[in-house]
Amino acid sequence: MNIKSRFNEWANSPMAKNNVQKWGGRTKNFIFNIVMAIIIVGVCYTILAPVIAIISRTFMSPQDIGNPLVFLFPQEPTMYNLQMAVRYMDYVSTLTRTFIHAGAFAVLSVVVASFVGYGFARFKFPGVGILFGLVILSIVVPVQSYMIPMFLNFRFFLGQSDWNLINPNYPIPLLLLTLTGVGIRSGLYIFIFRQFFRGIPKDIEEAAFIDGAGTFGTYMKIMLPNAIPAVTTVFLFAFVWHYNDTYYGGLLMTGNSLMAAQLGSVGWTYSEDQDTRNPIFIQLVVFAAVSLAIAPILTLYLFLQRFFVEGLERSGIVG
Amino acid sequence: MENEKKPKRKGLSLRGRQTVSGYLFIAPWLVGITVFFLYNIIEAWRYSFNVLVMEDGKRIFTWVGLDNYYFIFREHTTFFVEMFESIFQMIVNVPLIIFFALFMAILLNRQFMGRGMVRAIFFLPVIMASAAIADTIEMSYGMLFGGVEYIPPEVMREQTGFNVGSIIMLLANFQVPPQVVEFIVEAIANLHEIIRSAGVQILIFLAALQSIPPSMYEVAQIEGATSYETFWKITIPMVSPLIITNVVYTVVDTYANSEVVETARDMYVMENNFGASSAMSLSTALLVCLVLFAICWLISRRVFYYD
Repeated sequence: MNIKSRFNEWANSPMAKNNVQKWGGRTKNFIFNIVMAIIIVGVCYTILAPVIAIISRTFMSPQDIGNPLVFLFPQEPTMYNLQMAVRYMDYVSTLTRTFIHAGAFAVLSVVVASFVGYGFARFKFPGVGILFGLVILSIVVPVQSYMIPMFLNFRFFLGQSDWNLINPNYPIPLLLLTLTGVGIRSGLYIFIFRQFFRGIPKDIEEAAFIDGAGTFGTYMKIMLPNAIPAVTTVFLFAFVWHYNDTYYGGLLMTGNSLMAAQLGSVGWTYSEDQDTRNPIFIQLVVFAAVSLAIAPILTLYLFLQRFFVEGLERSGIVG
Repeated sequence: MENEKKPKRKGLSLRGRQTVSGYLFIAPWLVGITVFFLYNIIEAWRYSFNVLVMEDGKRIFTWVGLDNYYFIFREHTTFFVEMFESIFQMIVNVPLIIFFALFMAILLNRQFMGRGMVRAIFFLPVIMASAAIADTIEMSYGMLFGGVEYIPPEVMREQTGFNVGSIIMLLANFQVPPQVVEFIVEAIANLHEIIRSAGVQILIFLAALQSIPPSMYEVAQIEGATSYETFWKITIPMVSPLIITNVVYTVVDTYANSEVVETARDMYVMENNFGASSAMSLSTALLVCLVLFAICWLISRRVFYYD
């Protein structure tokens, strides 16, 4: 009996096969997990690098910036930058106002976009194709390209020279835009909802219809609860984009002192009030301000995250 | 006859009811798109055929025909090149971003330690990409490195990036055709950009993945499907409606951040040339729309809908 045939005998025995399967499976899993971990850590680092730099500079004193030995961890950590940023941004009051502003607009965006998106997803009516093409057009054409007509349209609303809707302190134009589904990236929200609703099986709706629910009732009671991931996603995007918006704010609500506007001017206010022209001092305060601006949205995201998993799988209707 | 008339007496037919409720659902948007969008677009279109001067808060139009278009395509030094470079950039970036986002979303959808934290990290680019924060950071860098030491962001990006030269050499040694090499080099040089600009897409894909009923996977597993088959037969079709959404978003996002839009903005901010600015915006928007519809048409034939 030579070695080869003995090996074959061993390799064909059930015990060996079992072992190969077991260890092969484990090794495969192990290697897969390692590759996955490497990819995730690598991508996370790419994203985090600038954020880490900003947060570490938030706590640095000017001496640390000049010290070539300091890379991330300040030798003389200080809260001065944060205190200055909080004072000159009027942080607590600004944050409250911005949260109310962004939250209200995000809720409005979700309501309007889901409503319109449902109309586009489920009803066949003449002209639906062309109208949906218009939705895409409103996403594609950047607002910068019709900024002047838009401003003049609000300044002389509907061609009436005494109908001035632009108020430096109240977001009336933005409210109108959001309510009618053409606000900040509203087209995208409509699109997301439409695609989501089309992905939900029609049987559920038909069942509700047969059971006597009206069109509106079906939308409220059946479709919306099934689109919780879409609702969360759109709410989050709308919130962040309203929170960070400088474009509409600067154009249509010039007197606003929301977070984005405060962020843009904090370096200037600080240097004027403290009478300092040292760019390093100013930059450290600006970094602290950026940290302060990011922190609340990130907290909100962590809070909202658990709603992402509550979709069809929880409601148990499909399956 | 009587049978046909019966439902009509009660009210509208099913199709009529569909039409009415459909229009009711989109009614608010219909108002908005007419008053706040189409009207503005038509106004911008009118500007592009005129020279517009502002005097005492009044607009004075002088009709110049196609002069503005002639100017931007034949006389403006950079516009034409920038337009095609932006489109090319878009065609390179869109598939990369979509694949990357889908891949990352599938990874993030698995169960692993610290998943919540990783997802939060992936949300950061969405926050950081906003104009407010990006401008603030850039401005403060300018302040810090001011004067001779100021490094423009383009150079900075190249410095922090990967050594592309070695890849070119390697591929050239393997006799890879130059077009493919160019594509790969673009991809690697833009790695940073791709990771940063995929935040929104990853979130949309995550939401889509989580709306797939797990029972489908259970059935597939019981029937003996491998994970490869499960991916192609369940995951991809179920996610496909949102692939289109993401393509649209990516194209628009790439376009909105491209140089052409900036050139058009400079045209009226710096030179107060409203006509040429409108002509630039409209012609690029038209081109992007064409590209978008072509891509969507190609994909939508494979998209799976329930209806």
